[in-house]
Amino acid sequence: MSFLEYAPAPESRAILSLRDEYGLFIDGEFVDGRGTPFQSVSPASEERIATIANANAADVDDAVAAARRAHDRVWSRMTGRDRGKYLFRIARLVQERARELAVAESLDNGKPIKESRDVDVPLVAAWFFYYAGWADKLDYAGLGANPKALGVAAQVIPWNFPLLMLAWKIAPALAAGNTVVLKPAETTPLTALIFAEIVQQADLPPGVVNIITGAGDTGAALVGHDGVDKVAFTGSTAVGRAIAKQVAGTHKKVTLELGGKAANIVFDDAPIDQAIEGIVNGIFFNQGHVCCAGSRLLVQESIHDEVVERLKQRLSTLRLGDPLDKNTDIGAINSREQLERIRELSDAGVAEGAERWSAPCEIPENGFWYAPTIFTNVQTSNRIAREEIFGPVLSVLTFRTPQEAIAKANNTPYGLSAGIWTDKGSRILAVADQLRAGVVWANTFNRFDPSSPFGGYKESGYGREGGRHGLGAYLSPASVTSSGRTAPRAVEASSAASGDEKPSKRTRRPARPAKKGAAK
Amino acid sequence: MSGTSLVTARERALAVLGGEPDDATLRRYLHGIAGVDAVGLEQRAAGLGTRSIKTSSKKWALDRIISLVDLTTLEGADTPGKVRSLVAKAMNPDPADATTPRVAAVCVYGDMVPYAVDALGSVHGDPDDGLISVAAVATAFPSGRSSLEIKLADTAEAVANGADEIDMVIDRGAFLAGRYGLVFDQIAAVKEACRRPDGTSASLKVILETGELVTYDNVRRASWLSILAGGDFIKTSTGKVQPAATLPVTLLMLEVVRDWHLMTGQRIGVKPAGGIRASKDAIKYLVTVAETVGEEWLQPHLFRFGASSLLNDVLLQRQKMATGHYSGADYVTID
Repeated sequence: MSFLEYAPAPESRAILSLRDEYGLFIDGEFVDGRGTPFQSVSPASEERIATIANANAADVDDAVAAARRAHDRVWSRMTGRDRGKYLFRIARLVQERARELAVAESLDNGKPIKESRDVDVPLVAAWFFYYAGWADKLDYAGLGANPKALGVAAQVIPWNFPLLMLAWKIAPALAAGNTVVLKPAETTPLTALIFAEIVQQADLPPGVVNIITGAGDTGAALVGHDGVDKVAFTGSTAVGRAIAKQVAGTHKKVTLELGGKAANIVFDDAPIDQAIEGIVNGIFFNQGHVCCAGSRLLVQESIHDEVVERLKQRLSTLRLGDPLDKNTDIGAINSREQLERIRELSDAGVAEGAERWSAPCEIPENGFWYAPTIFTNVQTSNRIAREEIFGPVLSVLTFRTPQEAIAKANNTPYGLSAGIWTDKGSRILAVADQLRAGVVWANTFNRFDPSSPFGGYKESGYGREGGRHGLGAYLSPASVTSSGRTAPRAVEASSAASGDEKPSKRTRRPARPAKKGAAK
Repeated sequence: MSGTSLVTARERALAVLGGEPDDATLRRYLHGIAGVDAVGLEQRAAGLGTRSIKTSSKKWALDRIISLVDLTTLEGADTPGKVRSLVAKAMNPDPADATTPRVAAVCVYGDMVPYAVDALGSVHGDPDDGLISVAAVATAFPSGRSSLEIKLADTAEAVANGADEIDMVIDRGAFLAGRYGLVFDQIAAVKEACRRPDGTSASLKVILETGELVTYDNVRRASWLSILAGGDFIKTSTGKVQPAATLPVTLLMLEVVRDWHLMTGQRIGVKPAGGIRASKDAIKYLVTVAETVGEEWLQPHLFRFGASSLLNDVLLQRQKMATGHYSGADYVTID
């Protein structure tokens, strides 16, 4: 037998107790949606997982109204210390239910269980722990004493890290005293709905966290709702641009975390074996469904052939297959639509003269799969060097001098992340200083920590998530009146299309002073 | 098993280095090799350690671990009786299960070699043929602090007494002082001393004592140096210095072996030694070997575990796989 054909080691699904149908989580309870429900399928097998409710405009109204009530009556009046206790409780519950969440995430998203188990879910807990600690220390968030929550945050998150993006959004918002209405992506609502159960388990006051499911129209209705004070979006640049237009001229504060086409720069003195691992981790982690993926490899010309040869050997050892198998390295592409996009851009690469090499691996019959692929002989003008592919496809380009590397790295409409590989510390600092990217990794890639701010330049969005900076996106400096108190301002209730909305006293923050410290 | 011929080793080194193996040439060469990023290396090793080896794969792995073990006793208190007991265990690790494979070798001090050879009798031979080798530590093991003459005499005596493999230590002091030429010459001289009158040669394992080299860059350079000088195997540790074998260090040495094979076509063995006590850990090493240099390295002339207590843990796991329940320490024998 071949030892390398490891016997199957599937993670058991028995730990999951999924419902057949999921409603919307509004005001602390699951309620039916009024739109047409949809199915969530496993991208690895195309099997149906559950029926998911679809929120229409009236449901959005209800959710926003619930969040408003919770904000005004409970959450904004609670001490930071007490908010922190709830967040710590959520963090601990995430840890307690870590295996269940990991299995659900891999099932619904298609990512390998080793990533959901070892990366996604531990980071989710870390994010809640981190911001739980901030809840009673907001005076030190950099906005002066006594900063104020914004109110109701509308949060729309993508399908690539469903639960982690939820944590990135909900943890700082709650710590800062906001309440939230969050819409997970249409293809990956499962872990957000299990998170709703955790919210119940944590006894969080009803309405502080509301989770509504649906497609793009639900998201648009939420973002455009008059009752929200803050919009936070992670996803594609096209949608981000539409959101920016939609909220322009309103009182809403916005942070956007959009696409990327990160350069991973490998100098000839790089620690080569670790650089190969870093390149692999940079672009093949999570099947390349990573906005900060190192999708452009810039390698010094003198070591190009060696790097490509080593990369091919390494990629040949990657194991593609069942996301729930503990030995799987590359899982399934999240949806047919995304698979088509990856195929289309790859074909465009071939048509433009680049050389395609794909790792020799067996592709399962059902589900959506794409073998890890490298393009060599890529020119900077090629589409595969310009556009975000969001899949396991690496474009290899070369450079001769550090200046050329920096120029090529910056020559993109994006600016989310970058990587530098060299043994020379001074070069790391000099190059990082000139890269216009929100995150620069040195001799590593795709490492995240709740204390480290994350966000982009140019078309990669604005605002920062994580760290102290991430709090700035959910706070405004105290606006002090002569009586020394913040003045609430009553606003009209938004038109309640459903008509069954409970009357609530709505308040909104006074006009804010210029943004400070929040967004770059 | 037998070592590579000395002439080819030296010629190969000259060709690779492009000059005589003196301090300056070796320094240029060894310091020209890409560095090691400690965080990345340890992360990769930890990643390999998460492979989940179950059922049929685990069964295969447990048997393979036994057949790759150098069952070792290296104590000042060793006696002929202790060595005979060790050999008996090596030949028949689990008296209750005849399907249990034999270990690859027994590893003893030089003066114990005759007793080991005698006790093995007809089972003494090449582990690739299912027999058991005798490995002897030499060259003023474990410190290496003596004159070259004594190191060579130590080696020659062990070989003359029937040792098939010599586990030598490098002069770490000289290495850390940058005297690479001296280290090279000593390894080459010991290699010469491994030669038998009939022209064959005992296999040479070069112990780097990575716990004293401290940095991964040093481990990488010492690995290249040892291979260039003619070592058939590179071995992590004596077991007398902590830390002994670790997964990141072994991964690093396997990467050197892989690169050397790509460059010259020659296959060098790797032996992590010291500190590997659990089957679970040993399986991580098998995974690391298979995914770094390939499965063909998982045979006695290319990979060994230097261990003593590991064997009993593997036997317990093996019994558990057969019977479905754990037995206990009294169901495996002490040696």
